[in-house]
Amino acid sequence: MTQIALGECHPFEAAGRQFLYLVPSAAVFALDDTSAAVVETLRGGHLAAPDLYSRLAPRFDARVVEASLAELAGARAILPVDPAPVAAPPPEPAPNIIPLKPIPLSTLVVNVTNRCNLSCAYCYEYGEDKIAEPTAGGMPKLMSEETARESVEFMIERSGNSPVVRLTFFGGETLLNFAVLEKTIPYARRRAAEAGKRVEFSLTTNGTLLRPEVIEFLADNDVGVTISIDGPKEMQDKFRVFHDGRGSYDVVAPKVRELLKRHTSRPIGARVTLTSDVLDITRIYRHLREEVGFWEVGFAPVTTSPGRAHAIGETGFDSMLGQFRELAHEFLEAALAGRHHGFSNVRDTVEELHKGASKALPCGAGLGLMGVATNGDVALCHRFAGSDAHKLGTVQDGVDETSQEAFLDAHHIDRKTDCRTCWARPLCAGGCYHEAYTRYGTTQAPNLHYCEWIRGWTETCLEIYGEIAERNPAYLRRFDGGGTPEEGNDDAPETH
Amino acid sequence: MTHLRPINQKAARIAQGMAEARHRAGAGNGRTGGGEDGRVVALQDSPAGPPQQEGPHIPLGCSFIFLPGWEADSNGGAAGLCQPVERDLFDCHLGCFWPAQVPDQLNHAPDWTGKCAAAQKDWRKVDLIFP
Repeated sequence: MTQIALGECHPFEAAGRQFLYLVPSAAVFALDDTSAAVVETLRGGHLAAPDLYSRLAPRFDARVVEASLAELAGARAILPVDPAPVAAPPPEPAPNIIPLKPIPLSTLVVNVTNRCNLSCAYCYEYGEDKIAEPTAGGMPKLMSEETARESVEFMIERSGNSPVVRLTFFGGETLLNFAVLEKTIPYARRRAAEAGKRVEFSLTTNGTLLRPEVIEFLADNDVGVTISIDGPKEMQDKFRVFHDGRGSYDVVAPKVRELLKRHTSRPIGARVTLTSDVLDITRIYRHLREEVGFWEVGFAPVTTSPGRAHAIGETGFDSMLGQFRELAHEFLEAALAGRHHGFSNVRDTVEELHKGASKALPCGAGLGLMGVATNGDVALCHRFAGSDAHKLGTVQDGVDETSQEAFLDAHHIDRKTDCRTCWARPLCAGGCYHEAYTRYGTTQAPNLHYCEWIRGWTETCLEIYGEIAERNPAYLRRFDGGGTPEEGNDDAPETH
Repeated sequence: MTHLRPINQKAARIAQGMAEARHRAGAGNGRTGGGEDGRVVALQDSPAGPPQQEGPHIPLGCSFIFLPGWEADSNGGAAGLCQPVERDLFDCHLGCFWPAQVPDQLNHAPDWTGKCAAAQKDWRKVDLIFP
């Protein structure tokens, strides 16, 4: 007899109610008592329908159970299974890969320089784990005005029918090439208008070169700004140092305060790199959000090969998850009260959960986002800019679409066998290509060293999401429509 | 829906799809079956795909009469092809209208599977039969 099994899903509890996160659809349903009992019973294993009915009979009427089963089956939360396969186990599902075509570009990250005035030990561009010599092969240190213009043309042409394109400036230290940036922004604005598009600008900087005239320019041109900063002085100065070893906090902090005072048209975010020595997340958050005044603060663990002194070890990840959870609950309290909270990691995940993101690929790299090196080479993203092994084309001659499609096909989640049974894969999809390349030497590897942490964090965000959905659903409406004031600089890529 | 309440946007779309399917089934030809009312879900449906059109029940991995199961499945795709040989042997030869090529069990080789107690373990012990 055919039995009933629980489909791929992750049950969770929030606000005293049972929920089900379905995989791979990424749908979230709240369960009533009957459905919750069905799910709980089936978690113990497959059951024939009569057995299931008899187990639930003391508590639930058979017709109610039947109706609940019908709904669960319709949502594919349960499915019929063959109880005793005659011989072979079911075949591995064939990858269900639908080629993405056309692939319009939505964000172009332009590395206007590969030079930097800081010397952060953990830097993925210059540090021990760099993937390409920044100035190898005659790569210019600064992007020329001409290449920047060609990048703009490339972006407009590749953006297809999209009415909005995002141009993000990156480095090295982006503001070392302010001269080109200053000329490129009006040019891009004019060219986009001629093409009937709107262009949004953002940049990431370490904040050391925020002179008053730079701040004026950024504010006047509505450029979204993300500052790479690691927290209070003793934490910032641990890794974020000048070439002579001097800490950068005393230079950066006053300039950032000036920026926050003057530039109010776009929310300014801080982006923190977590390392073995800089892990006091609550303290960093308090300092950057409350004392300095950033609108939001995002955290990311350093990308590194495992042996490095700054690599976060196993206990570090546990501590990080615990602190993330504490801040996430603070975020929840704010969301329930309808207040802003600047912990952008949880906000981003809650938004993805609300939209039901189910990713075939972990990020937009090589898809809707590409990175441009200073010589005009186009790579998967800014982290790979300048690496010949990850080159997709050039802004002058365009992108080789065959290799782009081959890349997307090879990195599809259905090709990552390690991820096949993971319930968190709709959101994670194997994680960052650059992280995988640094850790495992190939962009195709899933980031297995993160699995426990990702599942723990996704679980926390599901609980937060469930609580908000039950207790203040109005909060989630901001994710239903277009932009909100909070969404200002989400497109700025992170940096170290 | 009374037992499940859609929370996120994806769940709302699934709920809407289910409501539309119910509506279609109500306005349709009155036949039962298919996955739409949740009572029967055809086993060869690809779990990742959209709900399939209702049709006759066909065992897992098997195919329609004009679609040999080792080339295309009943949906015309390659996701539900015939199972590996040790399964074909007993499923097709004993229970399927599609004739599996097996020895003459009545006259020539009555014991050709005699040493094969469990196909998944013992398939190597199936006798080689020469006509």
